[in-house]
Amino acid sequence: MGNILQLANVSKVYGTKIKTQVLNEFNLEIEEGSFNSIIGQSGSGKSTLLNIIGTLDVPTQGEVIINGISTQKLTKKQLATLRNQTLGFIFQFHYLLPEFTVLENILMPYRMQNKKVTPEVMERALHLIDVVGLSKVKNNLATNLSGGQQQRTAIARALMNQPKIILADEPTGNLDSDTTDQIYDLMRSINQSMNTTFLIITHDQSVAERTDRIIEIKDGKIILDVQKKP
Amino acid sequence: MNFPFSVAKRFLTHNKGQSLLIILGIAIGVSVQIFIGLLISGLQDDLINTTVGSAPHITISSIEQNQTFDLTSSMMNSYTSNEELKYVALLADGSGFMLKDDENASILLRGGGQDAFDLYQLPSRLVEGKLPVTLNEIVVGSVLADNLNLTMNESVDIQSVSNSTQTFKVVGIVDLGVASLNERWAFTTLQSAQDFFNYEDALTSIEFQVNDVFLADEIASSLLLTSDLKISNWKESNAQLLSGLNGQSVSSIMIQVFVLVAVILGITSVLAITVLQKSRQIGILKAMGIQDSQASLIFLFQGLLLGVIGSLLGIGLGIGLILAFTTFATNPDGSALIPIQYDLRFISFSALIAIGSALLASLVPARKSSQLSPIEVIRNG
Ligand SMILES: Nc1ncnc2c1ncn2[C@@H]1O[C@H](COP(=O)(O)OP(=O)(O)O)[C@@H](O)[C@H]1O
Ligand SMILES: [Mg+2]
Repeated sequence: MGNILQLANVSKVYGTKIKTQVLNEFNLEIEEGSFNSIIGQSGSGKSTLLNIIGTLDVPTQGEVIINGISTQKLTKKQLATLRNQTLGFIFQFHYLLPEFTVLENILMPYRMQNKKVTPEVMERALHLIDVVGLSKVKNNLATNLSGGQQQRTAIARALMNQPKIILADEPTGNLDSDTTDQIYDLMRSINQSMNTTFLIITHDQSVAERTDRIIEIKDGKIILDVQKKP
Repeated sequence: MNFPFSVAKRFLTHNKGQSLLIILGIAIGVSVQIFIGLLISGLQDDLINTTVGSAPHITISSIEQNQTFDLTSSMMNSYTSNEELKYVALLADGSGFMLKDDENASILLRGGGQDAFDLYQLPSRLVEGKLPVTLNEIVVGSVLADNLNLTMNESVDIQSVSNSTQTFKVVGIVDLGVASLNERWAFTTLQSAQDFFNYEDALTSIEFQVNDVFLADEIASSLLLTSDLKISNWKESNAQLLSGLNGQSVSSIMIQVFVLVAVILGITSVLAITVLQKSRQIGILKAMGIQDSQASLIFLFQGLLLGVIGSLLGIGLGIGLILAFTTFATNPDGSALIPIQYDLRFISFSALIAIGSALLASLVPARKSSQLSPIEVIRNG
């Protein structure tokens, strides 16, 4: 299978007077449908990397190619569409909208295209809710959920538009170990059933060990890249 | 439903207290504006009506005092075809004495047609009887009738200053609203007066009412005249009243502008706070790929919703205030102290201004929302 994501010589420097080089000529290729983890010490540049891949941040130099398209020359409008259609985000904080219910939050990436919620779309949302095990609380406001339920809502929301890539930044960072296992199993099963590519930042060794490929970064460079034999 | 609209609606219903506060602010602003505006224009209409409601707005008479003149057919044609003129009253006036038994009273006998009677609102001011129709019928002012003990259908002699005498039949008594007129005036038909005073077909004056009293001076200067005639209008002799009205209008507009400014400042500051409160949500929506234009629409829709609901409530409140005012501030006879017209154009204009202001006030947060970068929210948690 081909690469769904490619980074070529990506550098990121913060600041103008005092310069902090966070990424240094970073190269990376991610295969479609793969299940990857990124590890590294705090401050090593993992979040910066993920935000650049997710087009939330721009590299100082270098190129990010997503699904065959170089993001460099895209307009703000095209980038928004790319984020909406091709990418899904899961962060350490769930970032749900507190004014909306679980179901409404999950439908949001679809509805922001100003398209009508057809019965098929509603069915997909309900299926996702079922997959993440939230059927009972689907009409709860996002604030009336446990931490694990909130994170599962965020996962379902990230999947709503059937993105090619899920970018997850310490998705279990705030959860206890049992819940962490559940979330991990959930992401794994989605990867297998929907062929969604996962890129998961984690500092949890047990999570990393259960992915197909572990990429370790330090000082903005890859220092270890191990691929498990299938 | 349109996505930004439904988000705007949810944001507003989620923060009910805050939304109600803004809506109340707009409503009070609109109601004060409607109340003050309508009250003052009601006051002015009332004042104008008492001043010139049953008086000529424009008068044509001979340059030489007490001289009669002939109405040319071209003048008459130009008056009847003039859309701005409400009444064209051809009048033949003359002074004389009304004689009864050994008493007499000095009177002004005014001969005119239906337009003259309408101009002086005789039909609604009749206390008794009817208006003169045939030769030598008269209606007399109520005080005059009292002074001479006149009764309906009584015949009474009038002596002109040139000493000719004619018998008239009293067919009606009118209350002209002003004591000095009630004491001296009597109306008859144009023909009767012309015959009695030997004017032949000549007139002593032409009096007009116009549709828009404030245009009286302009209309007066456009009327066709022969060189022996002069023309005057009510505005010339009421300069003080006019400047008073003007001052009132200006202060009314000032009040309205200040209310408006207060409302705009209020909405702007509250909406500016909401965009801060909601910046996290906007950042998340942007990370999920909402377009910038849609993100700013959320706040424009909030402004629109607040403006529309606030204005509707304000209209209700304003009309309620006016109803209360007209119900409780009354004359002894129970009629409203100041009759107020529900000027729909002014009311909808006030509402539109408020909605426009709310939209204007939401432009700032909308712009902020459009410019917000998701990475700031994501990075800072
Ligand atoms: N906006 C910023 N301005 C300046 N320095 C930053 C900014 N964001 C991150 N950094 C720095 O970049 C480095 C990498 O940060 P980050 O990518 O968040 O690391 P990680 O996610 O691996 O902990 C850190 O040293 C951090 O201080
Ligand atoms: Mg990080």
